Amino acid sequence: MRLLFGSCFTLLIAAALGLGATWFTLTRGVAFGALTIGAWKAWPKSGSADIDPYARAMVARTGELPTGMGDGIAFYARTDDNGHVFDGRCTFTLRGLTPTARYWTVTLYTPEGRLVPNSINRYGFTSEEIVRDNDGRFGITVAPLARPGNWLPTGGIEQFVLVWRLYDTAIGVATRTAKEGPMPAIERKGC
Amino acid sequence: MVRGLLWLLAAILLGGIVHLSTVLAMPQAANQDAYSRLAPLTPVNTMAPLTATQAGGEIMPFMDPAFAAAVCRYDLSGGPLKLTAPVSQAYTSVTFYTRRSVAFYAVNDRAAGRRMIELDLMTAAQHAQVPEDEEVTAADRLIIESPTTMGLIVLRALAPEPSLMRMARQALGAATCRIQSQ
Repeated sequence: MRLLFGSCFTLLIAAALGLGATWFTLTRGVAFGALTIGAWKAWPKSGSADIDPYARAMVARTGELPTGMGDGIAFYARTDDNGHVFDGRCTFTLRGLTPTARYWTVTLYTPEGRLVPNSINRYGFTSEEIVRDNDGRFGITVAPLARPGNWLPTGGIEQFVLVWRLYDTAIGVATRTAKEGPMPAIERKGC
Repeated sequence: MVRGLLWLLAAILLGGIVHLSTVLAMPQAANQDAYSRLAPLTPVNTMAPLTATQAGGEIMPFMDPAFAAAVCRYDLSGGPLKLTAPVSQAYTSVTFYTRRSVAFYAVNDRAAGRRMIELDLMTAAQHAQVPEDEEVTAADRLIIESPTTMGLIVLRALAPEPSLMRMARQALGAATCRIQSQ
């Protein structure tokens, strides 16, 4: 009797622990070898045959196709530099420089990776269409309501994700520090 | 007390095994991965343009809306595949994915080096059958080995401004992928 109870208890705990851990890691986005620059995170190995099992499982679950290593690299940000989670009802600014790349794009998504509908069909910017200052720096305002300059509309959604993609760049597996790859600073300006 | 702790230890060990095996099995079990999403939309061994990435019309999550894209869903069981793609004005890249969405090779227009990207895709067994002298004489022939028989080739052309999207799509429209007759 005691044996039966013990094994049932063990199996139940094991199933709960194992499945819980899998669910947790796959929904929270746990992957190894992240390259972190400020609030931006990239997983260069996810774009190669060396992709780790967690990233593989995540990609299979979400249905996305990771950016290939010979193509470019994708940096994800879910918070500003101070850890404030991106809220579509607040205003955030992106300011600064980017690592050397032939082209880059920045895109705003829902946490599930969908585009956010808006009146001007603006989902992001490319390096060619952004308006820059005289010294080559630029600023992007991410806000629910129209702003002068480079305005990226949030559509007022509860939570969003920014993805900065660099194409044809040297930034990748060998990159170690933010010195090699200066990414734009993100700051919350108000809600 | 000791017995209870042993049961708990066994539970934790077993839980770890359950966790690792479910993570490893996920790619095989997933029925909403990129290949499954594209299978009903694209023919086999033919280049098919994807509709523009717009809000509400995304086929896969986290697609870059600044790019025009075309997909060749390949099956190498009938022989090696030949891919040709003219480079667009701004930036063109080709990424090869296995059936389970692993990006095993990617190349951009500059690395490919010509006005035209030309690649041969084959399995390791088919590569072994290529006569050696042929490989030498065709030195500019780029051969890619696919770890799986089936997979996806995704061609991407950048539209630096929205008005250039039509041109990017046109460049992709001239791309081909077909099985080479042996």
